[in-house]
Amino acid sequence: MEFPEGLKFSKEHEWVLVEGKTATIGITEFAQEELGDIVYVELPEVGEKIVKDDPFGAVESVKAVSDVYAPVSGTVLEINDLLPDNPETINDDPYGDGWMIRVEMTDSDDLKDLMSAEEYAEYVEQQKEADDEDEEDEEEEDDEEKDKS
Amino acid sequence: MTQGLKRTPLYAAHRRAGAKVVEFAGWEMPVQYRGVIEEHLAVRSRAGLFDVSHMGEIEVEGADAVEFCQRISANDVARMKVSQAQYNLLLNDRGGVVDDVIFYRLEPNHFLICVNAANSDKDFRWIREHAEGKVEVADASARYAQLALQGPLAEKILQPLTALKLGEIKSFYFGFGDVASIRCLVARTGYTGEDGFELYCPSGDAERLWNALMEFGAAEGLVPVGLGARDTLRLEKAYPLYGHELDDTTTPLEAGLEWVTKFSKPAFIGREVLVRQKEEGVKRRLVGLELREPGIARGDYPLFKDGQPVGRVTSGTKSPSLGKSIALGYVAREAAAIGNAIDVEIRGRKVRAEVVPLPFYRR
Repeated sequence: MEFPEGLKFSKEHEWVLVEGKTATIGITEFAQEELGDIVYVELPEVGEKIVKDDPFGAVESVKAVSDVYAPVSGTVLEINDLLPDNPETINDDPYGDGWMIRVEMTDSDDLKDLMSAEEYAEYVEQQKEADDEDEEDEEEEDDEEKDKS
Repeated sequence: MTQGLKRTPLYAAHRRAGAKVVEFAGWEMPVQYRGVIEEHLAVRSRAGLFDVSHMGEIEVEGADAVEFCQRISANDVARMKVSQAQYNLLLNDRGGVVDDVIFYRLEPNHFLICVNAANSDKDFRWIREHAEGKVEVADASARYAQLALQGPLAEKILQPLTALKLGEIKSFYFGFGDVASIRCLVARTGYTGEDGFELYCPSGDAERLWNALMEFGAAEGLVPVGLGARDTLRLEKAYPLYGHELDDTTTPLEAGLEWVTKFSKPAFIGREVLVRQKEEGVKRRLVGLELREPGIARGDYPLFKDGQPVGRVTSGTKSPSLGKSIALGYVAREAAAIGNAIDVEIRGRKVRAEVVPLPFYRR
């Protein structure tokens, strides 16, 4: 799994590319993998204000809808016009062509709460390990059950 | 989080196949292997194999079995021949749906009822409570595993593995025979809108059967399919899903299932209420909706006509076969006509939709 250096990451699995006061925002490779086939993307309009930790849009798989949370506050400068007709671009290239919006940040202090690539990689690893531990426990239980039978 | 959840005999096989496993109706079930859309399209064009062992099986047997089954269900069980299957409804005394089920007539006085996983315990209790006369009711759920082999190539894949003449098993009929040396009930039924079979086998043989089918089917492009695609496949065909389109308060007349409800039978639980509802006309009806603007309708989203609330969505998705955004929902009778403009409220935004004929997808 890829964790591009130079990006910032949120606990809700969004990434941010900072260039001066401009932030480009998308969802991470881990997030798109968890969601599965993305078939619809809802984006804010240019000029709209987004607020840190509030939903600014949504991605939908065939199965379910998930909110996308703003990792920073700001005003929307640009949205990715490719996504409405090609939502699967987020699955194919989450850190590239699958970017979602570009905003002018209100407060660069918002970035302090975000993780580096290394920290995020560790965060994802922890989440996966938590899952794996569950599974290992389960497998042990299975073995015990077999012993009994 | 996963404590207390049940597993089918194929759980380990799903894990090995890389399935994403989720909780469904108290079971840990594979929701997808390679991806919902890919699996959906494989079933429409080739074939897919589903583990549906979470479904419950209840057996009813005895000298009064026919009479009893007639009373607890809406369809005419007596019309079934031995080796025939029938879609049926268990109704409560308010005409609401306890469950939608398949009856299999194993012998003249012996029925197997396949019930929804989420309702398995409720159904068993309900059937037993209503038991009268010479009938025995048994919960056989743990004994059976169930695999569904669905898609246009299903017969081609299955035939080399069995001596049963599959060409002679018509839709909604079944036979008993060995498949890959495993004793099975092989029914030409399914929940995808494609030709295909549902195979009931002893739980302990499920993994061998699964592996044999996957091995022989691989050359024909058979893929394992999870519950995600099972849901999109059934939704394209407008097959109801209990807990969404059907529950204890919805009646078959509202749900478009009058064809299952045989008023010609003199008595069955719920009949009086339904006779009255038929005379008076239903207040709401299940309709198909196609969204005319971008967006996806999901269960429970409110529906409006000319600004007035008229109902709610029960299921919705982006149809992988049609590329359209489709939904089922209940609307007031006055709003239910084909061609009507309906608005779906999606996260506070009104999105234009149209009432369309069902099913959405035809083979």
